[in-house]
Amino acid sequence: MSKVRVLVGTRKGAFILNSDGKREKWDISGPHFAGWEMYHLKGSTVDPNRIYASQCSGWFGQIIQRSDDGGKTWIQPGTPPDEEKGPGGMPKGESNKFVYDVSADSGKPLTTHMWYDGTQHPWEFKRVWHLEPSPTDPDTVYAGVEDAGLFRSTDGGQNWQELSGLRGHESGAGWQPGAGGMCLHTIILDPSDPKRIYIAISAAGAFRTDDGGKTWRPINKGLYSQYIPNPTAEVGHCVHHVAMNPSRPGVLFMQKHWDVMRSDNSGDSWTEVSGNLPTDFGFVIDVHAHEPETIYVVPIKSDGEHFPLDGKLRVYRSKTGGNEWEALAKGLPERDCYVNVLRDAMAVDSLDKCGVYFGTTGGQVYASADAGDNWSPIAKHLPAVLSVEVQTLP
Amino acid sequence: MIRVVLPGHLRTLAHVSSEVHLEIVGPVTQRSVLDALEAQYPMLRGTIRDHVTHERRPFLRFFACEEDYSLEPPDTPLPDAVASGKEPLLIIGAIAGG
Repeated sequence: MSKVRVLVGTRKGAFILNSDGKREKWDISGPHFAGWEMYHLKGSTVDPNRIYASQCSGWFGQIIQRSDDGGKTWIQPGTPPDEEKGPGGMPKGESNKFVYDVSADSGKPLTTHMWYDGTQHPWEFKRVWHLEPSPTDPDTVYAGVEDAGLFRSTDGGQNWQELSGLRGHESGAGWQPGAGGMCLHTIILDPSDPKRIYIAISAAGAFRTDDGGKTWRPINKGLYSQYIPNPTAEVGHCVHHVAMNPSRPGVLFMQKHWDVMRSDNSGDSWTEVSGNLPTDFGFVIDVHAHEPETIYVVPIKSDGEHFPLDGKLRVYRSKTGGNEWEALAKGLPERDCYVNVLRDAMAVDSLDKCGVYFGTTGGQVYASADAGDNWSPIAKHLPAVLSVEVQTLP
Repeated sequence: MIRVVLPGHLRTLAHVSSEVHLEIVGPVTQRSVLDALEAQYPMLRGTIRDHVTHERRPFLRFFACEEDYSLEPPDTPLPDAVASGKEPLLIIGAIAGG
C-alpha cells in the first residue's frame, strides 16, 4: 500500500508526518532543528529519500540541510558527520553560502534594487524561502531567496550558483520588496521542457525563462494591481503563489495579493477567475493531482486582516478552473478561527482520491483524503506553519 | 589554548556539548579566533559572521572578562586572560522573545 509523508516547516522547527494510504492515522516526528525557522522542506521525486530543508535564524543566518533517508537523519551537505570535527579543518562544501553573482561575465550584475522609500538599496541575502528539487536529478535543486534571486546546486546542495540572468533583467533595479521582504517564493520546473522555469517574486511579479535560466521575461500581462502606480505595469505586482498541474504545464493558476488568476498560455497572459469567492485575497493556491481544472484556495479577509472571513476557516474549490467556487467546511473550524495560511503551506498527494493538506499560523495541519470534501486536523499544536509539502511514496 | 563558548543552537550545529578549544598561532584577536573556529568547525561558516564581508552578524555579541568586545576592530588583541585560556570568549545571541 502507498504511504504519504507530509513535510511541515514551522517557525520553531520541522515536523514530518507519516501515514499509510488510508491517511487516517498519522505519526509525527520532530521537532527537527528545534528552535529554528524552517521556511521550506521538499523531497525529490526521483529519490524520495532525498529531502532538502531550509533552516534559518535571525541570529545565525541560513543553513541548508539534506536528508538521504527520508528525514530520519540530516547533514549539512558537504560536511558528512564523520568529517565534521576534522583536525585543522579540511576543505568542505559551504552549503549555506549564497553569494550573488557580480562577475563581469554574467551580463548585468546588479548591486541595488528599489527600497521602500524609492531609493536604491544594496542586494542583501537574507534567507531561502523555497527549495525545488529537479524532477530528473536528485543532486540538482533550485533555491528561491530573499532578496529575490534564484540559485541552483548540482551537487546535492553543497555549492550554490546564482542564475543571475533573472536579477539582471532590465527591470531588476526597479524591483521593490513587499511587506514580507523581497522574496523569490515560487519555483516551478516545467516537466515537459527542462529549459523552462517559472518563478514569482513579491513584489515584482512572475517571470519565465525558456533557455534554462539565462534570460527571463516578465509574465504579468493581464494582472491588475490598484495599489501600484501603474496598475497594469509589466513588473511590480505582488504575486503570492503560482501552481501548476504537471500534466498540463502550460496552464498556471495564481493567487495574487488580491485576485485569483489563470493563464492558458504559459503565463503570456492572465485572466481573473475570482468569480464568486467571498474575498479574493489569500496566499495559497494548488491544483488537484488528477483533475487539472480542480483548484483550491483559502480566502483571507484582506491585506490588513490576515485571517478568514467571519472566523470560519474554509477552503474553496473550483472544479471549473476558476470562477465557480464552492466552500469546503466539513471538519474545519466554523467559528472563532483567526489564523492565516501562508503561501507555501498547501500541497496535494497523488493518491486516488487526491489528498489535500494545508497548515496554519495557529499550528494546525489539516488534511482531506477525499479531495477536500472532508477535513480533519492531523497535527493540532505545532508552531506557526510556514510550509507544507507532501510526498506520495510507493 | 583558546576557549570559546558558543550559543546553544551553534553547539547543536557543531555537535559539541560544551566549550570549544582552539589552538592559535600568533595574535589572539576576534578575527584569528573566528578563523580558527570556522576552520575546525566549517559548518559554522556564515553563522557568526557574513560569508563575504566577514562582518559580525547583527544579533551576535562577543564578550570576555565581563567586557563587550563586539564593536572592537576584528584585529584588536583580545585580553591576555583569553589568550592564555584562563577566560573564555563568549559568543552570545541577543536575547529576544518569541
